[in-house]
Amino acid sequence: MRRVPSVVGGRNLKAGGLAAAMAVLIVFPLVFTNPTVTSIAVFTLLFMASATAWNVFSGYTGYVSLGHATFFGTGAYLFAIVAMRFNLSAGSSLFALVPVAGVAAMVVAVPFGLVALRTRRHTFVVITIAVFFIFQMLAFNLGITQGSSGIQVPTPNWSPWTFNNPFYYVSLGIVVFATAVSYFLRRSVLGLQLLAIREDEDRARGLGVPAGKAKLTAFVLSALPVGMAGAVYAYFLGQIFPQFAFSPLFDLSVVLMALFGGIGTIAGPLLGALLLESLQQYFTFQFSNGDLYLVIYGGLFLAVLLLLPRGVIPTVTDYLSRRRARRSSAPAARDSLTQPIGEPRTSPIAIVTGKAP
Amino acid sequence: MTVILEARGVSKRFGGIHALDGCDIEVAQGTISGLIGPNGSGKTTLFNVITGYERVREGEIRLDGRAITNMTPEAVFRLGIGRTFQLTRVFGRLSVMDNMLVASQHDASWARRAFRKAGSHGERAKALELLEFVDIARLANEPAATLSYGQRKLLEFAYVLMADPEFLLLDEPAGGINPSLINTLAERIRALNKEGRTFLVVEHNMEFVMGLCHNVTVMHHGRTLVSGDPETVRRDPRVLDAYLGGVGEDEEADGADGAGAPGAPVSDES
Repeated sequence: MRRVPSVVGGRNLKAGGLAAAMAVLIVFPLVFTNPTVTSIAVFTLLFMASATAWNVFSGYTGYVSLGHATFFGTGAYLFAIVAMRFNLSAGSSLFALVPVAGVAAMVVAVPFGLVALRTRRHTFVVITIAVFFIFQMLAFNLGITQGSSGIQVPTPNWSPWTFNNPFYYVSLGIVVFATAVSYFLRRSVLGLQLLAIREDEDRARGLGVPAGKAKLTAFVLSALPVGMAGAVYAYFLGQIFPQFAFSPLFDLSVVLMALFGGIGTIAGPLLGALLLESLQQYFTFQFSNGDLYLVIYGGLFLAVLLLLPRGVIPTVTDYLSRRRARRSSAPAARDSLTQPIGEPRTSPIAIVTGKAP
Repeated sequence: MTVILEARGVSKRFGGIHALDGCDIEVAQGTISGLIGPNGSGKTTLFNVITGYERVREGEIRLDGRAITNMTPEAVFRLGIGRTFQLTRVFGRLSVMDNMLVASQHDASWARRAFRKAGSHGERAKALELLEFVDIARLANEPAATLSYGQRKLLEFAYVLMADPEFLLLDEPAGGINPSLINTLAERIRALNKEGRTFLVVEHNMEFVMGLCHNVTVMHHGRTLVSGDPETVRRDPRVLDAYLGGVGEDEEADGADGAGAPGAPVSDES
């Protein structure tokens, strides 16, 4: 709808860019065969999928969830527990459990959403954190999760040189899936209703939007790719522990990635995760100090809040389209792939201080 | 005249304040009814109760004889009651067209429609037609946040119409908009009324209310004080005492035009 004629050419350009990006992602592990690099790439892809999925719920509805690690951990534990209980042998066929783990995360999301979505704003954020810690506590204390000793997951005996590649391509598949969900949801009836809820939930209800159903559907849907990512994570690491599968840092990372790239946009969380997760992994390898990235994250978080309150993608595309408009004196085109529609009211500062949504 | 909306003995308390205190009101089908009264007399609260934004423990609301008390706002809207707010509430970051489309999604089962593309060809055409009707179609692709206050009022009016409500509640439609726009608005309301839609209008602009409405109900202290045609209400000493004060004398009575005899559903003070 917000298309002006000049963008038609831009659309082809975008399709071309998308195809090129896809091609680069597909050949990446064939060109960069160093296992350290492909290992970083796997983690990065898992976070790209998770941040995109988080954005499907929190970015579109304005309800900030800090409990999505619940879905990540559920996926990871489902994978590990099933593999252990049924004595499944390692191999490509174990990837069949990945969608199952995603569905398990959705099953958890239903009661979670029914409870948490009765509340709004700060209360919602706090409830999601509380539910998350309940799950972490369960993982520490239940017999089936083997408490703090964690669970070993069978490791495939693939060649060390190409060991990471199957994980890479499965993770890439999850990223494509999550992005497709985000893209098509954005254009759907439900997507429009979610955006209306973000703007003014009560007004939306007065126009016949079934806000409860819409929010729960988005919440459950966003759990799916996160649960799948958790399963791949468990398989890739070969062992899981409660404090890493259910990690509060997961939520902070995902939120920071989405904010950094541009909350509510389709490309923003992808870019944010691509930059932040690969950097973090790189630093971890480089300085062999696993906690250094926390300091960097903290600094970056403040920098984003102060300098790029709308995220990289909206700021940059706005700048470009304004420059283009100045040159051609045509009205600046708005583009739903990179713009959160109109002027955002939901800046990170507003979210953090509770003034939005 | 059949009664389309009926409220009986509706009471609503906020702490110790009786916002509604046994309020009774009837609205006849096919009329434009006015609801006036001093600030704090319970007009907006009554709107909130009718449209499901406030729940009540006492009293009953009926639409076409069917009880709708304490239904959710979305259910009330689907039954054909559209409502605008005193302070306009449009979806600022959505385009004007998307604002319209949000309201168009009331029909068919939600689960079956949720994953389809938003805005079918027919829905967009209808939205544009309604935007033409209120004269803001040229702004269809602008974010609603860029609209002026008056334009937002018109947008709110238009998107409520997307669902073809048979009954519209307008909360101060003329508040804060310029005089020429007020006349346009009155014309639009009359035109829709001719199509058979019923209106209940809360408004402080007496000229607007007296010129437009077939029937006026006055609220005071959370209950209806008097109800009747504009002329009767305007001359009623109780109304003058309670509220109108000096207004009234210097105003021309335009008389209600439009189709249908002015309904005379009179609900007396309780």
